[in-house]
Amino acid sequence: MKQEEDFESNLTGDKEKQEEAKQRWFRRIKKGILTSTSEKKETPEGLWTKCPECNYISTSADLRENLYVCQKCNHHHRIGSLEYYDIIFDNADYEELFDNIRSKDFLGFTDLKPYGKRLQDIWEKTDLTDSMRVAVGDVGGNTIVIACMDFEFIGGSLGSVMGEKFSRAVDFCIEHKYPYMVISKSGGARMMESAFSLMQLAKTSGKLSQLTDAGLPYISMLTDPTFGGISASFGMLGDLNIAEPGALIGFAGPRVIKETIKKDLPPGFQRSEFLLEHGFLDFIVDRKELKQKIAQLIVLFQG
Amino acid sequence: MPEYPNRQFLNFEQPIKDLYEQIEQTKKLADKNAKVDYTQTIIQLQDSIVEKRREITENLTPWQRVQLSRHPDRPYTLKYINKMCTNFIELHGDRNVKDDKAMVGGFAQLAGETVMFIGQQKGVNTKMRQLRNFGMANPEGYRKALRLMRLAEKFNKPVITLIDTPGAFPGMEAEERGQGEAIARNIYEMIRLKVPVICVIIGEGASGGALGIGVGDKVLMLENSWYTVISPENCSSILWRSWDMKETAAEQLKLTSDNMFEFGLVDGVVPEPIGGAHWNYDEAALILKNYLVPIIKELKQIDPAERVKQRIEKFSKMGFWEELPE
Ligand SMILES: [Zn+2]
Repeated sequence: MKQEEDFESNLTGDKEKQEEAKQRWFRRIKKGILTSTSEKKETPEGLWTKCPECNYISTSADLRENLYVCQKCNHHHRIGSLEYYDIIFDNADYEELFDNIRSKDFLGFTDLKPYGKRLQDIWEKTDLTDSMRVAVGDVGGNTIVIACMDFEFIGGSLGSVMGEKFSRAVDFCIEHKYPYMVISKSGGARMMESAFSLMQLAKTSGKLSQLTDAGLPYISMLTDPTFGGISASFGMLGDLNIAEPGALIGFAGPRVIKETIKKDLPPGFQRSEFLLEHGFLDFIVDRKELKQKIAQLIVLFQG
Repeated sequence: MPEYPNRQFLNFEQPIKDLYEQIEQTKKLADKNAKVDYTQTIIQLQDSIVEKRREITENLTPWQRVQLSRHPDRPYTLKYINKMCTNFIELHGDRNVKDDKAMVGGFAQLAGETVMFIGQQKGVNTKMRQLRNFGMANPEGYRKALRLMRLAEKFNKPVITLIDTPGAFPGMEAEERGQGEAIARNIYEMIRLKVPVICVIIGEGASGGALGIGVGDKVLMLENSWYTVISPENCSSILWRSWDMKETAAEQLKLTSDNMFEFGLVDGVVPEPIGGAHWNYDEAALILKNYLVPIIKELKQIDPAERVKQRIEKFSKMGFWEELPE
């Protein structure tokens, strides 16, 4: 039985409130060491990691070797942008773009903590600049631009910076005639940017419209979890929409739906397999086949 | 439009109710005492009602503004269409699943010209509120809206959307039928639509549910409407982990029409009758109509491809960030 997860808590950007959610993904700490926050024990062989799905214990090194997929149950652990880039790009070779754009607390938004302070804290604790990275590199010998979200940065939330990086990535693709891929992993819009975050849905859709007019392919890959503003904009607008197995994907979060209909949700609800069955995905891709599938798609679009 | 005593009063409108009661009492006195002329007193009281309406709306907190946008007597989409237009014919259905009663639309004539109206519709009483699902559309509502936009595009008619929703419906069937995809598709298609598009937030403008019919060449807000990424209640529950911080959330979100205009996220604020649109439907509709007609005229003069380009550019500029030296 999958444990119920309150991924919305990540949108608060508040570490103490995220204990439960944190168990399900890997955290890249400042020095770049990859570690599971749930179950880690220092041993001579390295760190041990417990699968949240089947409790199988493997060393972090073995897990990394297996692309962060559980050897026993095929659970796809949550990983960040750099891990995806390493997996997808040829020889893990790529160039990061637009990494000098930073969030700003324009509204002076304060919930339990001022937004400005929240940003400062994350910048200090992680090597992330915001919730999305953009990189260009080759996959199977063909160049592609891949934007990828980092859930660790305020729940991968969509704010002005993600919108702007997305836009510049599209401009870059149009300029160089490269295909575009976005890997989503997000709780939704960044509430601390209020209506500005909402308008990113229109902004990014407008850029996709330009990409369409340029005749360039756009692949949207959805990973666990993808919700709210992402699924209500570019997440669902791919020429191809694809997803990792078992990813939770939807518009409204399970908690909200449960509170609305006052019923328990059926098993598998809002999982990738459910979306495929209802016609919203082109296919589900296992992480071990991801690189090869993307390479294949680029060839098909170009051929 | 309901008249006293059928009017409903929000907490902060209580002083207005008191004045109405004073008028009633004065009238009773006048009936009993034919020798004294109370006409002047009643006129004075009626004047002070208008003055009180003005006074109250001048000093509203953001949360009170949200409450006003949800006033039970506030006019809804069909009311505006019927008051502003002639020859309205409502069109139904998304041609796939069903007819979503929370989303209405159809052709009508505005100042003699055919336009396509689309908007969320709230119910006017308990039964209708349920039928209209409190203005929360399902995917088929967004797909119906898109069908009507396509129809308008085919016949080269401008589209006007009237937005009034606490959000898209968060239900199980909505997810099965792709609520996210439906809204995403609308946003994408609206930004590419070849005809002029004007959007007006007439009440509540919450989140993707509002933006799903909210991408326009011009986006206007009625004075007492609000527009942001999430309702203050839900924002409170997620960021403060409590339902009790909605007033603070409303303040922090800066969701009023003045704020949104100041940020450049909407193109104009449409005034309402003194005290709010619920005090005079005819006047509210007339003011809005007088805003819409010249905007349509102006937008029609722009070449369609240029209009789409400008629409995309307008939204592309939205956001705030810092750029560090490379
Ligand atoms: Zn496992």
